[in-house]
This record gives sequence, C-alpha cells and structure tokens, in this order.
Amino acid sequence: MNIHHKPQDLTDEIEPLELTTSNRMERSVVGKGYAHDSATRHVRGEAVYIDDMADLPGTLHVAPVLSSVAKGTITCVDGSKALALPGVKAVLTAKDIPGKNEAAPILKDEPVLAEDAVEHVGQIIAAVVADTFAIAIEAARLVVVEIAEETPVFDVEEAFERGDHTHPTQHLKDGDFDAAIAAADHQFEGRLEVGGQDHFYLETHVAYAIPGELSEMVVHSSTQHPTEVQVHIAKVLGCRNHDIDVEIRRMGGAFGGKESQATIIASIAALAARATGKPCRMRLRRDDDMAATGKRHGYVFRYRAGVKADGRFQALKVEALANSGHVADLSGPVVTRTLTHIDNCYHLPNVDLLGFAAKTNTVSNTAFRGFGGPQGMLITEAIIDDIARQLDTTPDDMRLANYYGPDTGEVTPYGQPVDDNRILDVVDRLKTSAEWTERRKEIDAFNAENTVLKKGLALMPVKFGISFNLTTLNQAGCLVHVYTDGSVHLNHGGTEMGQGLHTKVAQVVAEVFGIALHEVRITATTTGKVPNTSATAASSGSDINGAAAFRAAQEIRGRMAQVLAAEWGCAADVIRFQNGMAVTDGHELPFAGVAHLCWAKRVSLSAEGFYATPKIHWDAATLRGRPFFYYTYGAAIAEVVIDTLTGENRCLRADMVQDCGKPLNPTLDLGQVEGAFVQGMGWLTCEELWWDDKGKLRTTGPSTYKIPGSRDVPPVFNVEVLDDQPNKEPTVFRSKAVGEPPLMLAISVWLALRDAVSSLSDGKLPAKLDAPATPERVLFAVEDMQARVAEESENTA
Amino acid sequence: MNHPIHLTLNGKPVVTPCRADTTVLEYLRGEAQLRGTKEGCAEGDCGACSVLYAPSGKDGALQPANACILLMGQVDGGALMTVEGLANSAKDGHPVQQHMAENGSSQCGFCTPGIVTALAGLLEKTADPSVDEVHDALAGNLCRCTGYRPIVEAALAAAKDLKPNLATADEKPSSVRSTFAGPDESMFMRPDCLEGLMEIRKAHPDAVLLAGGTDLSLDVAHARSRWPRAILTQDVREMRGIEDGSDAVVFGAAVTWQEMLPLLHHYWPSFATLVRRFGSTQIRSMGTLGGNLGTASPIGDGAPALLALDATLGLAGPDGKRSMRLHDYFLDYRKTALLPDEVIVSVTVPKVKSSDLFRVYKVSKRYDQDISTVCGAFHLAMDQDTITEAHIAFGGMAAVPVRLPEAERALIGKALDAKAVAAARSAIAGTLTPMSDMRGSAAYRAKVAGNLLQRLAAERAGQKVEVMAL
Repeated sequence: MNIHHKPQDLTDEIEPLELTTSNRMERSVVGKGYAHDSATRHVRGEAVYIDDMADLPGTLHVAPVLSSVAKGTITCVDGSKALALPGVKAVLTAKDIPGKNEAAPILKDEPVLAEDAVEHVGQIIAAVVADTFAIAIEAARLVVVEIAEETPVFDVEEAFERGDHTHPTQHLKDGDFDAAIAAADHQFEGRLEVGGQDHFYLETHVAYAIPGELSEMVVHSSTQHPTEVQVHIAKVLGCRNHDIDVEIRRMGGAFGGKESQATIIASIAALAARATGKPCRMRLRRDDDMAATGKRHGYVFRYRAGVKADGRFQALKVEALANSGHVADLSGPVVTRTLTHIDNCYHLPNVDLLGFAAKTNTVSNTAFRGFGGPQGMLITEAIIDDIARQLDTTPDDMRLANYYGPDTGEVTPYGQPVDDNRILDVVDRLKTSAEWTERRKEIDAFNAENTVLKKGLALMPVKFGISFNLTTLNQAGCLVHVYTDGSVHLNHGGTEMGQGLHTKVAQVVAEVFGIALHEVRITATTTGKVPNTSATAASSGSDINGAAAFRAAQEIRGRMAQVLAAEWGCAADVIRFQNGMAVTDGHELPFAGVAHLCWAKRVSLSAEGFYATPKIHWDAATLRGRPFFYYTYGAAIAEVVIDTLTGENRCLRADMVQDCGKPLNPTLDLGQVEGAFVQGMGWLTCEELWWDDKGKLRTTGPSTYKIPGSRDVPPVFNVEVLDDQPNKEPTVFRSKAVGEPPLMLAISVWLALRDAVSSLSDGKLPAKLDAPATPERVLFAVEDMQARVAEESENTA
Repeated sequence: MNHPIHLTLNGKPVVTPCRADTTVLEYLRGEAQLRGTKEGCAEGDCGACSVLYAPSGKDGALQPANACILLMGQVDGGALMTVEGLANSAKDGHPVQQHMAENGSSQCGFCTPGIVTALAGLLEKTADPSVDEVHDALAGNLCRCTGYRPIVEAALAAAKDLKPNLATADEKPSSVRSTFAGPDESMFMRPDCLEGLMEIRKAHPDAVLLAGGTDLSLDVAHARSRWPRAILTQDVREMRGIEDGSDAVVFGAAVTWQEMLPLLHHYWPSFATLVRRFGSTQIRSMGTLGGNLGTASPIGDGAPALLALDATLGLAGPDGKRSMRLHDYFLDYRKTALLPDEVIVSVTVPKVKSSDLFRVYKVSKRYDQDISTVCGAFHLAMDQDTITEAHIAFGGMAAVPVRLPEAERALIGKALDAKAVAAARSAIAGTLTPMSDMRGSAAYRAKVAGNLLQRLAAERAGQKVEVMAL
C-alpha cells in the first residue's frame, strides 16, 4: 500500500468556503444550534431504521453460523438438520458465493464466509435463510460444523516475537534516538496494556437486500461506508458496481464499527437474496454482533524515554503492538494514527516509534472513534505520569515543559509543522475555569483526612489531526436539486449515525440559498446519487461533505444570480440571497419565484458539488508528509475518587473545553463532546472485554459488558465548546471537526485514577495501572503502591 | 383449547391469537406493526425495548418493563403503552418527548423510544423527581451517544409540564382476562390461589413455573427454548401479600422488588440500596423475591442479604406446607432443598434492632444494573461495642450464596476492631474459593471479600467508605 502522492502546489490559492460578499456579514442558519433533523421522529418512535422498514412480500431472514473454535480447519459443514426445520429455505456457505469471497477493505485477506480455515471464535462460517428471524436463529444452531482444531495465538507480544502480523510493520523515526537516549540526563522504561472497546451501537448490524431485475439489487445497509458495501457486494455476487445500489437513511449508532464491518453483513444478505430471489434481511443478535464484528484495538506498549532534569523529552522509543485480530481490516491505518498521535501536544525530538499489527486468533479489530489516536496519546500521557513522579516535578509541569510552542513552527515527528497551535491558550482557560490550583489543594486535604477513599485530579490536553491519513480518501460529493416551488432536495456522500451530519450539511445549503432550514429536505445516502464516496469517518464528515454541499449550492446560486441579473439588469454579484428572497436595491423575488424563473429560462436547478481536501499529502513508505489539513485542540480536567478497599471508582467532576473553530452547529457539537467524553470514560474504566482461555469472548451483551449509564456521568460536568477562533484553514464556514477529538479528553479520568493511586505515596511514585481501570485493576494498583511505599519506608528506616 | 390473548394496547382493546411465549417485543414489532420499540440486546439490560405495562388485576398503574423478556401470556388482561401511544397522548406528544426533541437528548435515536418510555413511567409515579430519581429511572436504559446530560435535564423539565393522563378509562387493564392465555401450542395458565397452582402443576408436570421471568425468559428471547405450557405465579393470592409483623415482614413470593422497596427502605435501608442497584426499574417491576431465590443463582443478589438477616422460606407442596431457613435452602450450583413440585410461597424477613449493624455491600464494574462481582452482607448484633451475634453472607464467591460461620465466630465477643477484622478475614479466606470470570479474578474476589469486612469497621468508625457517598 505504498502510495506516493506528490504534494500539491502549496502556493495555489485555496478557495474560501464562506459567503464573503460584503452585504452578507451575518450567518443566518449556519452557526445556530438547530436540533438534530430527526429529533422529533426519534422521540416519537417514527424514525425508521433498517429493521423497522416494512417487510416486502416474501421477505426472508438470515442468521449466521459462528465458529466455536479459535483456530482450525473446517472439515465439514452439514446443514441438513437445519434444512429439515420447517421454514428454512437455504444454508449458504462459501461455496455458494458466485463471485469473490472477499470482505477486506484494504488487503485481500478476509473472507465473507470462512472457507477452509477459521481464525477466531465467532467467525461467520455459514448463513441460514428462513421464513422468520426466530426460525433462522434456531436453525443456525442446528448446522453442524466440524473443525480440526489448531493451536491459537491470543497474546500480542507472542505474535510480535514471532513476527506474525496482518500488515507490514510501520516505523516512524525522527532524529537519532540511540545517540539521544545515551546522552539523556535520565532514562526510564516501562510497559502498558490498554484494552479494546466494543462499539455497542444500540442498533446491531443489519442489512436488507432486495433483488431487482437481472443483476440489480438495492441493499439497505447500516453502514458508514455505502460505497465499500456496494463494491464488495458486486465482487461477492460477481456483478458490476452499477448493478448495486446501497442506501442508508440513518444508523442507530456506529462509532467506526460500521465503517468496514457492515460489508460482511450486507454481503451475506445480498448473497441470500441472490440465492433465493427473495428480499432478505439480516440482523445480528447482540451476542452475535459482539462475537463476530471488530472492536477498538487493544495495545501493549513498551517504551524507553530519555529526559532532561526539567522533564523535557530528549529521546523516546515506543513499540506500539496493536491486537489486529485475525486479519488486517483497517489495522494498518489505525496503527499509523497511533504513531502520528504519540506526540499529542508535545514536541518530541529523537523518536523511534514502531507500530506492529499483531495477528492473533481473535476477531479482527477495526475503526473506533479516534482510530488508534487515543491509544497513541494514552501511552505518552502514561509516560509523562511515570516519569514526572520520579523526577522532582509534577505531571502537569512536565507537560508545560514539553508543549509545542505557539507559532514556533515546531514540526511533528512525521514532518508536519504545528502551525495552528492553541493548546497553551486552551489549557490556561480550562485551568482557570476549573479552579485547578485550588482544587489540587482541596484534594490533597481530603486525602490527608480519609483513609479508605482517595481522590485524584488530572489534566489532559488533546491535539488531534483532522483528515484521513490516506490522502485519497479526503474527497466528497454532493447532489443538490432545487424544485420549482423553492424546496430543496439534498443528498451527499456522508452518512448519518446520530452525529447530526445531515443537519449540519443542510444548514450549509440553507445558508448559501438564504432560505430557512426546513426548506431543505435531507434524503437517504445512496450510491446511486453520489458515487465513489469515502467512509463517513475520521471526524471529516461535515468538513468534506459540507464543503461539497457548499459548492453544489453555490453553483446553483450562481446560475440563479445570472438569470436574475439578466432579468433585473444588474450585476450578478450584487444580488443577495437572504430570508427566503433574492434581493437587490429595487428588486426582490421569493426563492420559489427565483427557482421557477430559472426553470422557465431553461436553466438547470440541479448541481453536484465535489471537494478534495487541499494541502495534504502523505508518504506511507516513509511515514512523512502533511497528512492533516489542520489540528483541533481541547483539554479536560477530571476529579475522581477511588475506594482503596475495593477499587471501585467514580469521576466526580469533569471540566472540558473543545475548540470547534466557528461551529456549524454548537448544540450538535456540544452533544459530540459530551457523548465522546462519556464513551471514552467507559473505554478506560468500566468497559472490559474478557476472553476465556479458548478465545471465546465472554462479554457479549450488556449484562456482562458494562458501558456507562446515566449515573456514571460526572455529577459536575462542565463542557464548553470554544467558538472564538475561526479555523485557520479555509474549511466550510471555518468550522472544525468534532466527532473523535473529545473522546480523548476522557484520558483525564484515567490519569486522575492514577493520581489517586499515587496519592498513597504523596504523589511520588507512579501507579502501575493499565486500562481499563476496572475496580480490580485499581485495587491491585493500590496494593502494589502500598507495598512499594512500605518498602521505601523500610529502606529509609 | 385456544384462548386468544386480550390486552389494552395504547388505549385500545386488542385480541391476538399469538403464542403465549411470544415476547411482547416480537408481538409489537411483528403482528402489531409498532416498530418504535427497538431491540437492543434481548436480555433486559439495554432498555431500548422499554414499554409501559400495567398487569391485569393490579391498580392499573403503568410501569416500565422490558418488552424483550416480557411474554404475551403474562400480559393477558393487562395494558401496554408504547412510544407511539405516548406520542398520541397529547397534542404534541408526551412532555418527555417534547423536551427530549428540543434539547439534544437524541443523537442516533435508537435508544430514545425506550428512554422516553422509562421517563414517562417515572413521571407516572413521581411528580417532581430529583436528579437521583431520574438516574434510578434510567438505570435500565443505555445510551451510547449523548452522555445522558440532556436526557436527565429533559426529564426534570418535563416534570414541570402538564402531564397527559395515561390512565384514562379505556387505558385501565382490560376487563377480559382469562386463567388460560394463548393457543394450544403455547398456553400460559394463571391460577389465582395456591390450591389452584398445585392442581395445575399436577396436571401439567412439564410446565414452566414462571414468576417475573427476568431470568428464565431470556431463553425464550434468544429462541433457545419454547414453552408449550407455563404456570404464572403473578396472581396467586397467597404469594402476593406483604405482612408487616412486629418482629418480621412476610413477603409473598410473587411480590415484585419494586413493591418491596418502600418497606425495605424503611427497615433495611442498605438492602433497599442494593435492590435499587441490582435491577433497573424495568427489572424490579417484573422480578420477584420468589423468582430470585427460586432460580438459585450463585450471583443472585437477594440471597446474601436474606441469609445475613436469617430469613425463612414458607414452602408449599402436594404434601402440605412447611418452613425452611434460607440457610438450609441452597445445596449446590442451582440446586436447592425444594422438593419436587414444592414452591416458595413467602419469605419471612426478621427486622433488625436499632443497635444492630446491618450492611449489604455490592461490588461490581458499574454501579447500576450490574451483576455483583462480590456481594457481602453483614448483620452484627451489638452490645455497646461488643459483637454478640454475627451473620456474614456472600454472593459471587462460590457455587451458592454462603453464610460463613467461622468468620462469624471470629467476631463474636469482640469489638469490630482491626484485630477482629483480621481474624474474621483469615476465616473468610480459609472458607471461600471463588472462581475467575469476566466479572473478576479469584484473587480479586478473595481480597475484596475480606476488605468488605474492613469497610464495615471503617464505616462504623465514622470513615467515608463508598465512592457513591461523595
């Protein structure tokens, strides 16, 4: 995948994606906190998800048959007992695939249905098609699969030692680590384990495939990436992309879990539809969903660091060993993002960063909000926490010693200058509003008084790079129609998973036309209207689709202005579009009238917009370039309490700020920040994936896999969306991406838990605490700390 | 014989020929074509399927329930209200719906109907809820998008609005109710007295005995089993009473946890806290005391508290009635001293003296709606600072919930000080050999079991001991 891109000519002027005419100073629709476009439908139960769509006559249901073995060779798949059950129509295996048995998004290593080998418990081997969902799942249990078992590998470090990977190792080097570590004032080393995370979207994977004439098929798929689903179904069925329309109006949550994983489910539904000639619906039960589909990558990190006496980094080596699972899926780029986020907000000279995608016999891990970035940032924060406590400094002072300077043009290890840095400003504001200094004292006083409960406090700064690392993916399209009554039909390549993308993009279009938001109808994303799209991912949804929509609407508005200019005998650029009217001095016409006039003058009222993010380039071979159009900045301060007898813990207060540039919709952005923080807190505290010794995931439902509930949200929860600085880069209306970055603010909670454990040594010893910080891990970290403190006091005595 | 199931659905009487073991969720999304109610987990833990439910024969009050593990044979004669019904309950929908739509309470929207329903249920019983009560009402509802803050605020705001009257005349449970519900291939039977229950059990020895179904019905929800016959305890009058006696409270076995809560809170507040934690409102309004003990799960949270309180079971069988200390009830993993065809009729729970120290501590990964990693219950009778009697019980530490006589003996006659705690701790360590699973390792469980005794001592000494207390 060594794709080399020639850097664009950076002297090219970049077109601003704003309305800059002098008479349009104010934004009337963009920047306002409109509710999610479907909010009323959500609360009334009227929002239709794929499993809610009315059944077409003859609709059949599909259930998967999963491997119960982590590694082995399939010797027999016998569906006869299942087929004997009344209502069962077919049992499909890899042999039934007319085209290619292939589901991998990047490489070619992942089958839709296991063929000869199984490589993890939960891998889909066959699919049962039946009259009802209940019959299908009952029949799926009757399919007999015989597997000759082989010895599986579950351990990431073992895979690393053996060199078993799913994707070539990535190595990001800058400066001279070996020389610098040898010359460093202090040297440290350590190891950290970070758990994965299930997406736990409330709507499990689902697809509804409806066969049409000849090879045609419409597939409703709960996917962040309709194009990828389309391309794979065409491959699996052995037809052309143009035969397949993939459509999605809304998902019941996705978080990255429906970026590549939806392909498998939709492909099986399509296969069943092709095999039976009937509409086929496939919905995964929760436990099947959690067993068969990928999650956030767990990591093992090993590091060596050299620092000056004042805490400044001199050298850093990190081995980032990601649990890729049985195939690569998106592990390559996930690891890239880990490596490109280890620096977080800090200038790190002389780095040697190794990223390894370990092949293990567990389900293949995949995209999850942050895409490897959170793990990369977590290790650096852990290193700071480890080192600062052993030097004569604090973690926060060590951060201050290492932050990228403002406007210094300091360069990241991968060669991108940090030229829009505002982390110092963000951190300063937060420290003031959260009363950092005072609360530190209060917490120390609490800890002096209490023997069982101990509090901790920590700050987490976040810098996150916006754009897909792979430059090619940073493109988007949009289709806008204006009808003769002035109503607008909007369609773009982005997908709605709850983040409010459609609302934001509609705001952009309404703003350009100067009409009310409700005049713009949002329609289901479909490959038939906007082709060859990228996944809605990497926080880029509103940046790139909003920009494409801006251009489509501007195109139509430009044509309208030309028509009006001819009609009114004025210059086109003096015509204003505002309050539902086109206006000049002396003339005005309602927007509907403008639309009708254009039609009468035989001028097209439909346009596509296309956007390719400027400035960016990336060399995957050397891991250098300018992968990110810009950075977003945020910071959080968390206060926690731990119970030193049970390890139970709780976040009592969290304060955070997130820079959103000039937000397209501050209410939706606030929702993203709050939701991401709580989700991140879950990853690092209560959410634990637990496999038994046979490699079977035993946390496959909400009774065993605990995501945060309402009471887990910090009782004091102060969230501020910063809207004071327009994006330095000309994004659409100078907004900034917000989907992923705030998830990493939750690292503050984990750091505060470490701080609480360290309080047992008056903050002088680092806690040995991995993630997630379950009560068990916290209790054992407490015991370890108590033992070390006792040992030290013995030595002193 | 076929007995069509009657119920009131969103204010309208309906009759359905569906199997009694059809889940309400399957019925709503299928036959009734009401697809606002979602399936998120089919195990009663995410709340996306929440509906409001008023069982037949009760006061008609609507309570949240999980449609994924509620069966049509149970709701026969009762009333259901779904998110669609709430949307039609007032001109612009229920106030909860209005506020949630306005303030960013939904993102993906998939959990939303269940949350609307849970909060509407809260407002049915609590006019002006506190933040804590809103959290209680949401304990059985998971949202993965929002971080809950707007949802909690919407609930508080909605409470200030005029609430539509959901319990309108035709909203009361349907008067049509039968003792038999469902077609012959799956029919539930609902005796209204113990004698009737015995007769039906004799006639249908293979029938499933079903209380709230919050554990057993998971098998049906996952299509692992089908029930041609089930006998429901929900109307058996001998199992439905609560007697608040001078020394003890007698709870009927079919009394729900929700119904028990006020008295639990009054006499054993620590037990009440545990009950609020171990099941959401949805689960508590279905789950019963008898069912909790009847399934004899080693991780059932009712047992340790009741063991420490030295509760007694009232049993009835073909050969008559008898009582049995709970202490003698648990034999082995999911095995009890119940005789074949014997049922739990009631549970007698002794009251504690004001000088007693009674605490139930539950340790789990999440505070609300989680199964215990370790649950410890301590009941110490005190003469000033001296322990005169001790009952210590644990759940999650062995194949059955256990009392720990050796640890108890180590405390009697002592003050609850470091020395006594250390002695009892080593007795605990010597007795229990917990297992490792997804909820915690054996080492962790063993350590915590001893530490909970230390927590008890620290709490008595006036220390702050629980993170939720802050």
